[in-house]
Amino acid sequence: MPGKLWLSAGIAMLTLFALSALFAPLLAPQDPLRQNLDEDLVSYSVEHPLGTDKLGRDILSRTIYGARISLIVGCATVALSVTIGFALGSLSGYFGGWVDQSLMRLVDILMAFPGILLAIAFTAVLGPGLDHVVLALCLIGWTTYARLVRGEILALREREFIHAARALGCRPTRIILRHLLPNLLPPLLIQATFGLAAAIVAEGSLSFLGLGVEPPTPSWGSMLNDGRQFLLVAPHLTSYPGLALMLTVLALNLVGDALQDRLNSRNR
Amino acid sequence: MKRYFIHRLLLLLPTLLGALTLVFLLVHLIPGDPVDVMLGETASAADKEELRRSLGFDRPLAEQYRSFFAGLAFGNLGRSLYEQQSVAMIIGARLPATLQLALCAMLVAVLTSFLLATLAAKKRGGWIDRSALLFSLLGLSLPNFWLGPLLMILFSIQLGWLPVSGRGGVTHLVLPSFTLGLGMAAILTRILRAGLLQAAREDYVQTARAKGLSEKQVWLKHVLRNALLSVATVMSLQFGSLLTGSLITETIFSWPGLGRLTIQAIQTRDYPLVQGCVLVIATSYVLINFVTDILYKLIDPRITYAR
Repeated sequence: MPGKLWLSAGIAMLTLFALSALFAPLLAPQDPLRQNLDEDLVSYSVEHPLGTDKLGRDILSRTIYGARISLIVGCATVALSVTIGFALGSLSGYFGGWVDQSLMRLVDILMAFPGILLAIAFTAVLGPGLDHVVLALCLIGWTTYARLVRGEILALREREFIHAARALGCRPTRIILRHLLPNLLPPLLIQATFGLAAAIVAEGSLSFLGLGVEPPTPSWGSMLNDGRQFLLVAPHLTSYPGLALMLTVLALNLVGDALQDRLNSRNR
Repeated sequence: MKRYFIHRLLLLLPTLLGALTLVFLLVHLIPGDPVDVMLGETASAADKEELRRSLGFDRPLAEQYRSFFAGLAFGNLGRSLYEQQSVAMIIGARLPATLQLALCAMLVAVLTSFLLATLAAKKRGGWIDRSALLFSLLGLSLPNFWLGPLLMILFSIQLGWLPVSGRGGVTHLVLPSFTLGLGMAAILTRILRAGLLQAAREDYVQTARAKGLSEKQVWLKHVLRNALLSVATVMSLQFGSLLTGSLITETIFSWPGLGRLTIQAIQTRDYPLVQGCVLVIATSYVLINFVTDILYKLIDPRITYAR
């Protein structure tokens, strides 16, 4: 399939995912927390097209609301990581010297530590919760952006337009924000797309292990974990949240790949 | 080579020190009194005091930090709160299962990716190539905590071919190895395919063909050998990721390894054991990365230490 089609397919899936998350209260046919023990583990009914879980909660509504948690965690993690990574990466790249050396050694140390392990250990110690998940994922998440920004700034800082801005008396903050940042946006956007996919999977992993969002809040990872005990009698409990998670990550990977191809062909 | 080794070693030491400090700080990050969290609020004051003393929490932080490293030097990772055994012994008993699973997952990944990438590169643009790209895209998007249950439903519950969980014979290894190895297979397929296509365009390949070598010899001796360089680093780095990936895969398949032990320790709030497990996994990860860099330099002497 040509790149344009991949990109369109990815964008269409992402739009669907974002709309589900934003308009969950309007789209979900039922309250995702409403229990009905008389209708537990139903595989299909007119009232529950995707069935119900062990507490009789509607799977379709919970899957739609689950998109919200993934979107919130993913966007918050990426936004925070990009902000920290951009700030520290530009300091490192623009000023160089001991600032650069110290920051990059810190990045080396953090990048050498397996990210998901640190996130699991961090949430295990602090306890589950949306804010803890975001913090845990940002602990190492910012390092990729810091290294990317530093590398790009090192390549850009000796270009004529930066020398000209310096000669005109621009302050470093202005040079970084007005002249360097616009050039950094394309690679940052691509990295953020892959980062969003990684954050959504990581949130799913933490919730699957019972370290993510607290029950009864619906999250795709925790729905998969709940459904695991009923694989034999109710495989639908794991099918739909798993499919939603996979399609979202697939869409982000498609968009990221297509954007990367475009950037590479532009730079060639 | 010597200079490169010393540079890498100098980078390894602060990295290891940083990773170990992070692990040390983990238990001290617990909000409030860590002993309350470990034993629960209902525990008696005497029990809490005893645990506080045995874990050294009654001493200043700097002293605890020193004795943490002194203990590590002698392989002392502390004692488990519930298992009445040293953490090092418990981990030692579980480590072989994790290594066995990680090695099998790596084998699955390497075999799958080499087969797919070679076929894809030889028939570029054909249906095999497109299928390989689709496989790598899907493999990257399928989280192992969904793939595991899916494989379980299909091969254990519906078809009844393979056991659902636990560790036993070879059949017990199949599903966990595929679950853990598929993500790596997807990454390797993508990188190896690109490496093969790149190598196939090089002048020395044209020269080999011009010399009259058969297509098989050209691919085996020139294209594949040079493309291997591109995957060598990724393979070693991914082996480190397999250790962390085992946390979820072992939990799904009740595989009695280090990953499942870590999650069980988290669930029972056995923090000395959590700390020990995280320490062993993180240290292995850092050391594997170090060995990878050294091996890569040995394979390709053109690699230099870049500042």
